[in-house]
Amino acid sequence: MKLAYWMYAGPAHIGTLRVASSFKNVHAIMHAPLGDDYFNVMRSMLERERDFTPVTASIVDRHVLARGSQEKVVENILRKDQQEKPDLILLTPTCTSSILQEDLQNFVERATSTTHSDILLADVNHYRVNEFQAADRTLEQIIAFYLEKGAAEAEQTKKPSANILGIFTLGFHHQHDCREIYRILKDLGIQINQIVPEGSLVTNLKNLTRAWFNIVPYREIGLMAAEYLQKHYQMPYIDRTPMGLVETASWIRQIRTFVKGIESLDFEKYIDQQTRFVSQAAWFSRSIDCQNLTGKKALVFGDATHAAAMTKILVREMGIHVCCAGTYCQQDADWFREQVQGFCDQVLITEDHTQVGNMIANIEPAAIFGTQMERHVGKRLDIPCGVISAPIHIQNFPLSYRPFLGYEGTNQIADLVYNSFTLGMEDHLLEIFGGHDVKTVITKNLSTDQDLVWTSSAQNELQKIPGFVRNRIKRNTEKFARSQKIQQITVEVMYAAKEAATA
Amino acid sequence: MTLKFECETGNYHTFCPISCVSWLYQKISDSFFLVIGTKTCGYFLQNALGVMIFAEPRYAMAELEEGDISAQLHDFDELQRLCLQIKQDRNPSVLVWIGTCTTEIIKMDLEGMAPKIEQLIGIPVLVARANGLDYAFTQGEDTVLAAMAHRCPSESSNIPREQSQSLVLFGSLPNTVAQQLTKELENQGITVSGWLPETRYEELPSLGPGVFVCGVHPFLSRTATTLMRRRKCQLIGAPFPIGPDGTRAWIEKICQVFQIQPQQLDERETKIWDSLEQYLALVKSKSVFFMGDNLLEISLARFLIRCGMIVYEIGIPYMDKRFQASELKLLEKTCHEMNVPMPPIVEKPDNYNQIQRIRALQPDLVITGLAHSNPLEARGITTKWSVEFTFAQIHGFTNARDILELVTRPLRRNHHLKDLGWSKLATTS
Repeated sequence: MKLAYWMYAGPAHIGTLRVASSFKNVHAIMHAPLGDDYFNVMRSMLERERDFTPVTASIVDRHVLARGSQEKVVENILRKDQQEKPDLILLTPTCTSSILQEDLQNFVERATSTTHSDILLADVNHYRVNEFQAADRTLEQIIAFYLEKGAAEAEQTKKPSANILGIFTLGFHHQHDCREIYRILKDLGIQINQIVPEGSLVTNLKNLTRAWFNIVPYREIGLMAAEYLQKHYQMPYIDRTPMGLVETASWIRQIRTFVKGIESLDFEKYIDQQTRFVSQAAWFSRSIDCQNLTGKKALVFGDATHAAAMTKILVREMGIHVCCAGTYCQQDADWFREQVQGFCDQVLITEDHTQVGNMIANIEPAAIFGTQMERHVGKRLDIPCGVISAPIHIQNFPLSYRPFLGYEGTNQIADLVYNSFTLGMEDHLLEIFGGHDVKTVITKNLSTDQDLVWTSSAQNELQKIPGFVRNRIKRNTEKFARSQKIQQITVEVMYAAKEAATA
Repeated sequence: MTLKFECETGNYHTFCPISCVSWLYQKISDSFFLVIGTKTCGYFLQNALGVMIFAEPRYAMAELEEGDISAQLHDFDELQRLCLQIKQDRNPSVLVWIGTCTTEIIKMDLEGMAPKIEQLIGIPVLVARANGLDYAFTQGEDTVLAAMAHRCPSESSNIPREQSQSLVLFGSLPNTVAQQLTKELENQGITVSGWLPETRYEELPSLGPGVFVCGVHPFLSRTATTLMRRRKCQLIGAPFPIGPDGTRAWIEKICQVFQIQPQQLDERETKIWDSLEQYLALVKSKSVFFMGDNLLEISLARFLIRCGMIVYEIGIPYMDKRFQASELKLLEKTCHEMNVPMPPIVEKPDNYNQIQRIRALQPDLVITGLAHSNPLEARGITTKWSVEFTFAQIHGFTNARDILELVTRPLRRNHHLKDLGWSKLATTS
């Protein structure tokens, strides 16, 4: 058992449902107790989805426990087949079905003989995989099923073309990223063969093999499908993430290798043009505004894809000092370490949000780039935070065009970074005039023990310290007081703490 | 004409009953709720409760891992370890274990372990099986309060029976609302001797024979049963104090039991109705469809019919005809008096069928969960999110306005946007 307050990655069935409901005309039936269909709420609320989420539950209740759920599951499959005539019904196990150990595969086979829809049992185990791994596996499973079922199209498209694998419902800025990738490919003279799974039909999956290569924008979901296509159909894939100027350029250069021998535009010239004039990020990093960011401390945390890319952008493209880069994707820890090596002081691989919170409290960076959880830690510690990765809230599903990938993405990221740090001039003024907030400092540290008392004269003294270092001084003083077993902090204690620190 | 009861397939959307921790931990300020379940439970709580998660809540998951399921780890040791940790970090006055589907299926003996761990750590440990196999949404509170009823101190029996006639109200309400209802009864000369639950676990009211109990929520049938059978209390079966009509009927019933002639109730009710005039004009003759997910449906429908609305259907997860008997009778009476047809009451509804019926009936308002709200709105059907009724203050005379504020919000929104011409925004039918 694990004491847990919060988690970064959801349970396996969420991943499966994200895949199923991203396709068009696919229906998922969860084998689950009442109340487990919370996914429908998330999709309807966060994505502000206009259509009914194609997910229903075959409810496991007391009667089912007593009699087994075969009858009910088969009946629900047949009913859904008649009601909505989906191309595919995906039976989705949950943590409950994992322990009931009923033969769901058998139910699928029984139902298959009388339905118009294809029926699959999602091959995921609640206790072994998380949301991302389950989504990755389910996507591969569906693609493999349809390629093996009908003869895959052998003939490549005449013009160079690509599939984009891994654009999902409830993904972090996926729709915008997809549009940005599409734009770049169009500029490069490469057609999109298919975007999978968002908005695509399973009946078209047999055409996947017509593309020249596959694009996997995010490591977490889509890689297994790309590997499957490479192994069975010799399709190369690119798993680099075009996030940031340097990475986008490398991404385009790798695509170049897939379309060799095709007369098209000068890729290098395109990269140069886009970098210097279409994207504003290159110019921004040279502008005097960005100078003020030089050497500022930041902490980055998120999924492997976004945290790695963000770390590289901050260090390589903006001159910011990343004290700690981390991810909760433990399954991808090695890759992550390799990616950020040399770009940060330390690497943090954990699924425990308190560990991340403590790290932030310790480092006291000038800005955080993380998930919604880090944003809340930042709020408590008075450190600004830019959200760069799932898990996310409704405000991270903006209506306006906000990609993170490609050249427009670099602009968005530059804005995000710039707005997250206290603006340069404001910073100076604070330093000169000793801050403009006259409120008494209240404890904003993460630890809950409040055994220390600040005398009013010491509090006044604390007020004189510029805002942006005040918290650090306060914490150092308290640390010193605790080590000396001092209960009451006076001005003298503050000075003693300062001397002890410099000694 | 009498009420018609139907029962469908039970394929409907609602919240998992473990969601009750979100309001109960806030109500009982010295408690700590430990939900013993899987990542699925944790993910639901985390997303459903949103910002509360970040405010250092007094609840946590005991997340079961593969070793727990396959019994490689010893449940008892694991729970003891976690409970000790909670005691050390938070030092609550009571620990409430919430059993989930998983603990049911693997038959984890929570009731057996709780007394032993309680002894070891020196903090009361309550067990509530608020799982999705048996219950829906608000029924979670019912399981917790039923468990808590066992822990209320006993009314000392040496006081003469006539003097010991006290009234305990059950149901968790925000403190101000509980205060308002207590005051309403005080105005009639009735003293409320306690609430189940109180703001602090240590202040739970005394129970015993001679204690009258009365519920404030329609979903507390297990608690009522426990109070009657195990604590020998006398249940006052009344309509629920939701809406001015309900509140009045509730007070009248309690007065009747205590043989008191209610004073100035008529004026009080009329005054409240008068103050609602502007809202009533908006809802009059409008039709409403309850898809059903929180068991408040009967009381809300009864109030809305009194407001002049026409109810097409009352979906409800579970219908305890005995506990809700007075409320059902009041609903019948209201339909007669307002001269509207009795709405069918659909237990364990089927959301798919309901949506077909909604399409056919085209009601002016559908009260439904979030899973269906946006898709219905996109099809030009106005909705109100049902969970808001659970979190808003809707009890007593004072809060009748809040119910209508919620009900009319989408209608008022429609009024503002009515000339724009884009009420249907879905491409598919």
